[in-house]
Amino acid sequence: MRQTTSAVLKSRKASGKGSLIGYFPAGYPTLDESVEAAIAMCKNGIDVLELGVPYSDPVMDGLVIQHATEEALANGFKLRQTFDAVKRITDAVDTPVLVMTYWNPVLSYGVENFARDLKASGGAGLITPDLIPDEAGEWLSASDKHELDRVFLAAPTSSPARVARACELSRGFVYAVSTMGITGTRDSVDDLAKQVVASVRHESSSQNTAVGIGISSAEQVDDVNTYADGAIVGSAFVRAYAEGGIAALTSKVQELAANLK
Amino acid sequence: MTNLREQAGPYFGEFGGRFVPESLIKALDELEATYQTAKADPSFQAELAELHRTYTGRPSIITEAKRFASHAGDVRIFLKREDLNHTGSHKINNVLGQALLTKRMGKTRIIAETGAGQHGVASATAAALFGLECVVYMGEVDTERQALNVARMQLLGATVIPVTTGSRTLKDAINEALRDWVANVDDTHYLLGTVAGPHPFPTMVRDFHSVIGIEARQQMLNEYGFLPDALAACVGGGSNAIGLFHAFLDDEEVAIYGFEAAGEGMDTDRHAATLNYGRPGVLHGAKSYMLQDEDGQTMESHSISAGLDYPGVGPEHAWLKDIGRANYWGISDAEAMDALRLLSRTEGIIPAIETSHALAGALKLGKSLKPGSSILVNLSGRGDKDMETAAKYFGLLDAKKDN
Repeated sequence: MRQTTSAVLKSRKASGKGSLIGYFPAGYPTLDESVEAAIAMCKNGIDVLELGVPYSDPVMDGLVIQHATEEALANGFKLRQTFDAVKRITDAVDTPVLVMTYWNPVLSYGVENFARDLKASGGAGLITPDLIPDEAGEWLSASDKHELDRVFLAAPTSSPARVARACELSRGFVYAVSTMGITGTRDSVDDLAKQVVASVRHESSSQNTAVGIGISSAEQVDDVNTYADGAIVGSAFVRAYAEGGIAALTSKVQELAANLK
Repeated sequence: MTNLREQAGPYFGEFGGRFVPESLIKALDELEATYQTAKADPSFQAELAELHRTYTGRPSIITEAKRFASHAGDVRIFLKREDLNHTGSHKINNVLGQALLTKRMGKTRIIAETGAGQHGVASATAAALFGLECVVYMGEVDTERQALNVARMQLLGATVIPVTTGSRTLKDAINEALRDWVANVDDTHYLLGTVAGPHPFPTMVRDFHSVIGIEARQQMLNEYGFLPDALAACVGGGSNAIGLFHAFLDDEEVAIYGFEAAGEGMDTDRHAATLNYGRPGVLHGAKSYMLQDEDGQTMESHSISAGLDYPGVGPEHAWLKDIGRANYWGISDAEAMDALRLLSRTEGIIPAIETSHALAGALKLGKSLKPGSSILVNLSGRGDKDMETAAKYFGLLDAKKDN
């Protein structure tokens, strides 16, 4: 039986382990290879999968993810294949699969249609980096109707009222943006991450929060899990795959998850 | 139809909004608050007006183009001469306003995107004037076709960063500027150059350009005693167009026409006619019409004019189209270039290629209006920057060699 995203994070936190949330772009470098890579990640230590939808204008992403998603699009990725990928992954593993997508592809597909097809394929919900709660009316209804997770972001510059709103409306977890910047590995995780997590904790005693952006080492994953409910890693996994294929990706996942076992 | 002028963001009908990462919300809120305070502050308005008088060279004049108009049927054509502004286009209107706001916010660095280079040059100019650091993002393709403007920006002290991701044009320059802004929002203002982007940009940039229409409307009444029957302006993102249109929105007897780049033709897929061939979506922080494929991936636009080569358009234009207040037609590369040459030879004014779309539009429009009608064209920029493109297009460089 597949657990919800929230249940996974809570049970792992309760057992003192913490969680590793891993990103991989659908269709990179091809659909089949991305499904294979994602399943390998889930089997080797990822607790929640964040499956990215390649998009032409990824303003929150650094070069590593930009290059990967550009390659996926150049290789013919189509939006509908997202659901195919989610289905194949969730058929193979019990890991909750959240789809991370910029808003226009969802809008273009139809918010209700996207929610329906995501649910039907076994997806857990959406992470929406360029959709703030203020603009999310249609998505709030569709995600309620189809019982999907919705992950909104909290940034170091978010006001207490905005963090409270993100806590109230998110389901699964609140994505705590660790730093003022775009995705990409960094030598150290900004202290701002702790402030954002503290802010989420202050606004909500029950909401989960996971820290993302700039995390690339086991030490950082462990450190983040001392105060948050999970660490989100993207660019480091994509880079590992780009440099050494599925073998390098698998060993990177094992390396980062090593102390969470 | 009254009170269209009162419309302000965040939404124009179903269009507009703030579709941006949470990290940018504080900066947008701060900008909105600073702008609203400044707008209500007579000293801000006075400072901006004085800058326009002593630096931009406002008010810009109106020129009647009689010889040019003789090619447009039986109409009179008037040109609002934004090409005579300092830096050679309307872009300075917005840039000076936002530079003053940058100072008010205590920020020391501005970033800007540019397509043709006009907004980049205007931003670099304002940065020099106010002692701000300036970084301009420009698609690599555009740095090649607008090399002269790259040199101008550098001479003014700006750093020009060629953008090598995506289609390497204006849309990718905006993406890169947004990425810079997210990382440097503490000390940096994103001086967005058109009426697109998240609120408050579409409203604020429109307000700064509305001086074009306010002046032109009064000048028409004072000098000729009537309002024009139609307005004509080119539309890429739509800043010069909305600047001209805004003052006339509630003058029901004035018809409004925007002219988009139809590139190699509306029957090809190589165009930038967003309002004609796009559909609503979200790009660069706002909901509006955009060129996108069936998956919502932004499509590459094409235009001989770098400044119109953009797959999106400002949300207020999307709204004006949908409520039927403004009409948007497509003008091909060839039609624009013919109009560029015609204005040069009939009036001694070399317009920018962007602007030439409005001129070609006026020629078409003139033939459809009733005899004796008048058209006010926003002559949004001068053509100096386009000499290489024009010389190549008309074979002038080869001709010289042959002589």
